[in-house]
Amino acid sequence: MTEHSGQLAWSGIFAGLSAIELEIVSAAARPVRFGAGERLFFEGGPARGCWLIDDGCVALDLLVPGRGQVVVQTLGRGDVLGWSWLLPPYQWHFGAVALRPTTATELDTDKLRRLADHDPRFGYTLTLSLFQACAERLQATRARLLDLYRSSL
Amino acid sequence: MTGAETTWPATEPMLPVPYQVVGRATETHDCATLRLEPARDSLPPFQPGQFTMLAVPGVGEIAISVSGDPAGQDGSLTHTIRAVGAVSTALHNAPLGALLGVRGPFGTTWDLASATSRDLVIVAGGVGLAPLRPVVLGALADRGSYHRVCLIAGARTPAEFLFRGELAAWSRRADIEVELTIDQPATGWDGQVGFVTEPLARLPVDPSRTTAFLCGPEPMMRFAAQVLLHKGILAGDIRVSLERNMQCGIGLCGHCQFGPILVCRDGPVVSYALAGPLLTVREL
Repeated sequence: MTEHSGQLAWSGIFAGLSAIELEIVSAAARPVRFGAGERLFFEGGPARGCWLIDDGCVALDLLVPGRGQVVVQTLGRGDVLGWSWLLPPYQWHFGAVALRPTTATELDTDKLRRLADHDPRFGYTLTLSLFQACAERLQATRARLLDLYRSSL
Repeated sequence: MTGAETTWPATEPMLPVPYQVVGRATETHDCATLRLEPARDSLPPFQPGQFTMLAVPGVGEIAISVSGDPAGQDGSLTHTIRAVGAVSTALHNAPLGALLGVRGPFGTTWDLASATSRDLVIVAGGVGLAPLRPVVLGALADRGSYHRVCLIAGARTPAEFLFRGELAAWSRRADIEVELTIDQPATGWDGQVGFVTEPLARLPVDPSRTTAFLCGPEPMMRFAAQVLLHKGILAGDIRVSLERNMQCGIGLCGHCQFGPILVCRDGPVVSYALAGPLLTVREL
């Protein structure tokens, strides 16, 4: 197991991948570092890249007229950032900025998409792994929609 | 149920004892913390997790968890009250010097002592931080008795966190891990945005030695418990504080019946092994 495949397995997101598939993904991975305030991407930009956050904090934001950049969610250790690269129109729906010094594993998503197109079984497993993260994010967002801490007055 | 035994008051349990409001701190736009001192007789000391029945003469009586420091043995009581209905609004608005009726303390405790040498994961949502404040204070006062102490607290907005001064002070300490998160995006907030389950999911834990304490709206506790169970923590190592219509406080009237338990007597703190299956039963 390479250093990168070890990191990917640690993240838990790719726990469903076989050792061989993990090696394939890790071949498209590299460690990256972002300083506090450094922007990873802007809303509306071409969606390239997927990051597994090893440490730090990244905010998902968007521009709201009159309010500036509004943070809608923060991500941290073990979270996946970026899945718009998987679906047309391959554009970021939100922006992302590091709130604190952040280390991550960056995946070359052009390469991953080509591999997935070439091997649908691998593509299915990869998509399922990302869907798991997506479902957890959706459930947490739904819980926030309940506005549970609201006063009943 | 937890290992904590119900502590019966030494005084007549149905007779309110007069206490005077001697301190009042505004926590949020609708929450205040009151410090009460006995006007004559004192009630027995409380344990973290227990509640009292607080009465405003001529208005009514409701159950409120104790939010004070368990180390304070001066006979005073501290309660954090959110103005929601008629009685809670009257309590919230009680001025200094006002006399309130107090019965208790009632119910089970968080039984912090049974978590000695273990990791404590404390998860609070909204005003659920109030009943858990004595757990944090108790753990910090006897810090050497516990391994890790982690607090995850969620609020609607930054302005709606209770005990903001203490949260800031705890965040600066090295012996407690504090994660604060808000539900709604807010200008000027540079902390986490997300539901409490998100920092909880990110928290590395050793399930074999973790005891979790959850307090907040029931769906929040269910969602948080699911995350903890997914991490391998046993339901018996997860404690939740339940809220029902407590009236007598001593298990006589049955208003707080929740399946096989009476929450005022067998709760409010119960094991998730007991509470979990009940929390999803309709009309229980």
